Amino acid sequence: MSNTDIIIHDEKDNVGVVVVEKITPDLDCNCWIMENDKSVSIQSKDEIPLGHKIAMIDLNAGDTILKYGHDIGKVVKTIKKGEHVHVHNVKTKKW
Amino acid sequence: MEIPKSFLGYKRENGRAGTRNHVIILPVDDISNACAEAVANNIKGTIALPHSYGRLQFGADLELHFRTMIGTGKNPNVAAVIVVGIEPKWTKRIVDAIATTGKPVEGFSIEGVGDIDTIAKVSKKAQELSMWASEKQREECPMSDLWISVKCGESDTTSGLASNPTVGNLMDKLEPLGVHLCFGETSELTGAETVCEKRGKTPEAQAKFKKTWNDYNDFILKEATDDLSESQPTAGNIAGGLTTIEEKAFGNFQKIGGCQFIDVLEPAEEPTKGAGLYFMDTSSAAAECVTLQAAGGFNIHLFPTGQGNIIGNPIEPVIKLTANPLTAKTMSEHIDVDVSKILSREMNLSQAGDELIKSTIRVANGRLTCAESLGHKEFVMTKLYRSA
Repeated sequence: MSNTDIIIHDEKDNVGVVVVEKITPDLDCNCWIMENDKSVSIQSKDEIPLGHKIAMIDLNAGDTILKYGHDIGKVVKTIKKGEHVHVHNVKTKKW
Repeated sequence: MEIPKSFLGYKRENGRAGTRNHVIILPVDDISNACAEAVANNIKGTIALPHSYGRLQFGADLELHFRTMIGTGKNPNVAAVIVVGIEPKWTKRIVDAIATTGKPVEGFSIEGVGDIDTIAKVSKKAQELSMWASEKQREECPMSDLWISVKCGESDTTSGLASNPTVGNLMDKLEPLGVHLCFGETSELTGAETVCEKRGKTPEAQAKFKKTWNDYNDFILKEATDDLSESQPTAGNIAGGLTTIEEKAFGNFQKIGGCQFIDVLEPAEEPTKGAGLYFMDTSSAAAECVTLQAAGGFNIHLFPTGQGNIIGNPIEPVIKLTANPLTAKTMSEHIDVDVSKILSREMNLSQAGDELIKSTIRVANGRLTCAESLGHKEFVMTKLYRSA
């Protein structure tokens, strides 16, 4: 089994979580989807630290972020596949 | 792994079993702390539980104060109790309620006597109880004598990925053995509240949860100057990669595995519907939450952390686990169980759950937790509103 760089909870999720100390830009990353034990790969565009999220697809403002298969917030700034997803481009829908 | 059928605990007069054998000196109010602490300093084998409240409280807030005091004394991890208050009436109310368990309990009041003579009298009684309790032996107890509470803290994305699901795996494996289980953190279910509500086993449990969460949310909307975005997620959560309260909530929710809750408890309320999972209405502040769960009668606590929360409790041992490899390395003196190998796929969730069960039993049998060995004894009363 190759090293896992990113874990995705659910097949429906559009973000994954970095599980290595950090990933650097233009890296081919191995992703493991926990729910169905499948593997996919993605090229990173940003430096992303351990525990932070990466976009698995291109996302536009207003789109919903799915993690655990559930709605965890809305995109407020365009995010390209492979970019860092965090408080600078995603906000809660609660307030 | 075959799950052990028993652990070594202290059998109590009321049929419950303790994982610890504490003799506590419990101050009713803030101004009795000095006396309680002096006694605990005099008499080895006793601990004082100082706190900040107990005067001029009223209504539901006062009832919660009493429930927390009484529940702490009744907890099976406590062998015997001395209650010290400024005046006799409230002191007696707490003593009488703890006495229903059949354990030794005695009350003293300071008014008209003064600290020095009270300390002398209480010390004599404390010495007697400490020496009595020291002869108690651990005996084989069924797993159903474990009452396990859970709460996470300084969470990051590794909590939702691995350490919280490890606790969920333990719950799935131990629930069939008749263990009592408890989760709380009303605020941190925000974003997952409708999904959580559906986990109620009965329509009554679901309705009770919905009302509890709605009441909490109404309170937040009324009191908050803007919203919770400064405190939920916390700065520590954000540093760990958590972006929104919804993301934190779904991560948090992994702790209950596939279990359904059978009832919703008031803060510090003792469960009465038998074995199974309970939701308790608590703050998400770690020390407040664990203090309430211990007062509800839970005798061992599991605490998954991401960035490294260091909390302990004076009477309920708190077992920490983390899946964050950096935290496991940089804060190793606080981490009882390291499940970071889940992230590198060197360990699966079921193996991690088994490791946690083994550690839980070792601690139930008497192994000190990291927090106990480091002297963490956070006893924090929850206050509902200002005193009169």
